[in-house]
Amino acid sequence: MAEIKFVLNNEKVQIDRDPTMRLLDVLRDDFGLIGVKEGCGEGECGACSVLIDSEVASSCIVPLGNVFDKKIVTIEGFKKTDRYKVLHEAYEEEGAVQCGFCIPGMLLASESLLNKNPHPSEDEIRDGLSGNLCRCTGYNMIVRAVQRAAETGEGLW
Amino acid sequence: MVKSYFPKTYRQALEILAKSNPAIIAGGTDLMVKKRRWSGLSPGFSEDMIFISQLRELDYIRRENGKIYIGANVTLEKLLHDKDIPEILKKAVASMASPGVRHTATLAGNIANASPAGDTLPVLYILNARIVIGSLERENVIQIEDFILGPGSIDLRRSEIIKEIIIDDTDFDFMMYEKVGGRKSDAISKVSFAAAVSSVFDMVTDMRIAIGAVAPTVVRIREFELQLIDTPVNEMAQISGLVKDLYKPLIKPISDQRSTADYRKMCVLNFIEEFLNKAGKRIGKEKDIDW
Repeated sequence: MAEIKFVLNNEKVQIDRDPTMRLLDVLRDDFGLIGVKEGCGEGECGACSVLIDSEVASSCIVPLGNVFDKKIVTIEGFKKTDRYKVLHEAYEEEGAVQCGFCIPGMLLASESLLNKNPHPSEDEIRDGLSGNLCRCTGYNMIVRAVQRAAETGEGLW
Repeated sequence: MVKSYFPKTYRQALEILAKSNPAIIAGGTDLMVKKRRWSGLSPGFSEDMIFISQLRELDYIRRENGKIYIGANVTLEKLLHDKDIPEILKKAVASMASPGVRHTATLAGNIANASPAGDTLPVLYILNARIVIGSLERENVIQIEDFILGPGSIDLRRSEIIKEIIIDDTDFDFMMYEKVGGRKSDAISKVSFAAAVSSVFDMVTDMRIAIGAVAPTVVRIREFELQLIDTPVNEMAQISGLVKDLYKPLIKPISDQRSTADYRKMCVLNFIEEFLNKAGKRIGKEKDIDW
């Protein structure tokens, strides 16, 4: 066990847990943040995506010990931002959400991409979202949603 | 439950390694999958662990005196955005996993994992990568082909750690990297191939070829490369049959769920031919990298 301190959705938190535990399990079981999903459990599907210091990461393969002093944002925290509102609307407008299981991860990957690159090309969007699998949409609507968000959210990123 | 160590400095990490011999975890993207158990349970690590990703001292890329030094904590994503990293290494890194993994996975980890299909390995082999091994008593530098012993097996003692990777900062005339995978991202290679050539007055002065996922470790044969020196550039295409015959006996891939041995072998031989054809045509016109 070890005391791990980090910032979770803008609040300082501290937890006494085995540092080899998956960040995914700690977020869901200890903090009740169930917007973080487990899909594949091996870093391939992106359902467990969170932001670590503003960059998307797969929390199922991040040991808790690696987030010491880092800033973690889950969909629950991201929801409170203006950027979320823009992405939310764009995903709705483009019909980019069907079953919804991949969407928390998809939105955080979109945020991570736009944060680094506010005007991505289609290829750059596809690369930015390449770690997030969606079995419903076929991706085209999601790609368009990110393009729309980049336009309507001009200046936010 | 195993014990976990969180050193604050590199020196402290070396002391802990010398005293307690824990296993090292950096990004964890390979280890967490290997040791994974049911949801909610700690992964099945059976040894004490030392976490090193917090050591900012090991997070650097420096370019000096014809060499590039890459610290053990440099993530794959960081390599992609650094001006000093050769384009051929960036191409290999860009083909790996996905942004969510690249943000945490490290280059040192890809080496330590020693997978025959490790995507950066063929590139590191042709860039003459040297691994700097740190320990409390001494610092050793070892060639990557001597460091990687076999699948998952490396020449690293329990008191030692990969401190940095050194690669050549060479300006080749032509370079090529190819990965064959089942899809564009999140794919383990069926085969990977890296090659580079330099020439002076249209004669080959340096030729390097490395092939991944066709043998227990990356195939790079310096004796063959030496034989190719002094080939006139405009004859490179003609010797491709000869070169393929040289490498053929050493291309011994396996068949598994990702691909078959025959397909892998065919891909590699085609890449050798493509490399020699393209290099012969491109050199002298403009320095180029084939994407």
